[in-house]
Amino acid sequence: MTSILTNLFDGVAYGMLLFVLACGLAVTLGLMNFVNLAHGAFAMAGGYVCMLLVNQHGWPFFAALPLAFVSAAAIGIVLERTLYRHLYARSHLDQVLFTIGLTFMSVAAVDYVQGSSRVFINLPAALEGQFDVFGVGIGRYRLMIIVICGLLTIGLQMVLAKTRFGSRLRAAVDDPRAASGLGINVPQVFAFTFAFGCGLAGLGGALSAEILGLDPYFPLKFMIYFLIVVTVGGSSSITGPFLASLLLGIGDVAGKYYVPKMGPFVIYTMMIVILIWRPNGLFGRTAAR
Amino acid sequence: MFERKQISRTAVLAAIAGLAGLAPAKAEDTVKIGMILPMTGGQASTGKQIENAIKLYMQQKGDTVAGKKIEIIVKDDAAIPDKTKTAAQELIVNDKVSFIGGFGVTPAALAAAPLATQAKIPEVVMAAGTSIITERSPYIVRTSFTLAQSSTIIGDWAAKNGIKKVATLTSDYAPGNDALNFFKEHFTAGGGQVVEEVKTPLANPDFAPFLQRMKDAKPDAIFVFVPAGQGGNFMKQYAERGLDKAGIKVIGPGDVTDDDLLNNMGDAVLGTVTAHIYSAAHPSQMNKDFVAAYKKAFGTRPGFMAVSGYDGIHLIYEALKKTNGDTDGTKLVEAMKGQKWESPRGPISIDPETRDIIQNVYIRKVEKVDGELYNVEFQTFEGVKDLGKTKK
Repeated sequence: MTSILTNLFDGVAYGMLLFVLACGLAVTLGLMNFVNLAHGAFAMAGGYVCMLLVNQHGWPFFAALPLAFVSAAAIGIVLERTLYRHLYARSHLDQVLFTIGLTFMSVAAVDYVQGSSRVFINLPAALEGQFDVFGVGIGRYRLMIIVICGLLTIGLQMVLAKTRFGSRLRAAVDDPRAASGLGINVPQVFAFTFAFGCGLAGLGGALSAEILGLDPYFPLKFMIYFLIVVTVGGSSSITGPFLASLLLGIGDVAGKYYVPKMGPFVIYTMMIVILIWRPNGLFGRTAAR
Repeated sequence: MFERKQISRTAVLAAIAGLAGLAPAKAEDTVKIGMILPMTGGQASTGKQIENAIKLYMQQKGDTVAGKKIEIIVKDDAAIPDKTKTAAQELIVNDKVSFIGGFGVTPAALAAAPLATQAKIPEVVMAAGTSIITERSPYIVRTSFTLAQSSTIIGDWAAKNGIKKVATLTSDYAPGNDALNFFKEHFTAGGGQVVEEVKTPLANPDFAPFLQRMKDAKPDAIFVFVPAGQGGNFMKQYAERGLDKAGIKVIGPGDVTDDDLLNNMGDAVLGTVTAHIYSAAHPSQMNKDFVAAYKKAFGTRPGFMAVSGYDGIHLIYEALKKTNGDTDGTKLVEAMKGQKWESPRGPISIDPETRDIIQNVYIRKVEKVDGELYNVEFQTFEGVKDLGKTKK
């Protein structure tokens, strides 16, 4: 029994991490209708910024996390203004080719500057190890992930559903022409949203270094996971990707624990079954744009 | 139209003739060595270590051997066998190299094997570690190691040193399976018992669920083989899950505590016992000089891949000396057989029958030396041959 709960805990933490990493992609793909396969590159940028600040400049880990967010968002806004915005009106294929190219460039650049070996962030001692709650092993670091990611999710949902900015964004997406006619600065809204998505990815990258490892190939290695989360969840809301991340995280961990011979097969099987059942994802809109 | 085509063809022919005229003059005083290494991709640290070691060797020993200038051509295959094959073809056909060397992973070494046989040029394997490799071509010589060498030794050692129940965690690909099978055979023959066997997919680095399974199986030790890059993640999660406090030790071939990464793994690795061919803490004077020179030139510690590359280029130099600069491939392979020398890892030689390396295997324990983590050797098994072959 306790091992079931330990696995459930690990699965939730893994799922939450996947969500923070992927929800920026859900925003650009679902809300802005832009295929950004370079999403993992922003996550990697955040991870490396956090690593450099903590390991080389002696920053505390918790002070470096917001900076990972800010720097990834800053890179995002610069690239959005200079490169991405020219591609909004282009076909999805153009967007895919462009962002894949960007991904490869980021891999080469980080490899050149930082070298190819895997790096680790020096964690404070308080985050290491596990403690027992009625025999269930609770990893301190994973607990922190659940707390941070949980708060972020709630905050994000509030912003999108309840605030003025959220409604402006939804209006800008659904009908850019009408929205700008109403005085909404559409490019600005898009740029801000894009940067925010990149920032989330950067934060996810910093948080995931401990669990997934951080090296220059990060954007390529985890692209598939981001895409699975977004396809399974459907890209029209953030509730979908959130539930999909949890489901996949728990499923992946449980699969590896109970049927280790199946390896990563479990996560792909889940994806296929869900997509046969609901081709637009768990919460996808049925009518295509 | 027709005329124009003819003109261009003549021009091309003239150009080729011109090049051909130049080529022999050049070939006389230059020996080209084609290195096929993973310089990008997940195995890039292997490629970089080998390239560094070769640069270092050539700085130390000069770039002329037996009156010939040595020229190194590096091609990146990103550890993808198809690219290895293309790179080998280009090197052999276009660049007319006299050796191909490197090979980060087993499939890459195997992909180049038929080309080495056809072109009759030596293939010097400096990283890949499955037993079968040298059997795929009479032109393959290896200066790295085989997984059978280290896995059997740690199996014997564990059985003799109070470890009764072991859970295994190995990466699911050829070297992982080699490590697992050779370990299991020797460990169970010594009276040990394997209580849990998990193969992890190569692509997924989150070891949490697998480690939880290991913890619940309550073994005395975990036998681990993961590719060098993943060792750090494994050890961190091993500590996070409290397996060290539960009294479960880590044993394995030394890839998991590669010098390249060891120092960043944290104190949880302290006490890990592995069997391997090289440690940066190997106490010989030659190794101390090697480590110091490598650190000075590249700012990092050399790992076992670096020393394999260093020995690989040494073997090529010695072969050329022995043939007096003759680049006939068959003569070069003959010259390599039976070579014996002192390497930073200790005394090594090339088995004349299998063309594989014979070397010491050391049992080491991770300890803190001057504030840094090192694999400190405490027992030596001398002159270990590749057991994957002597069985047959």
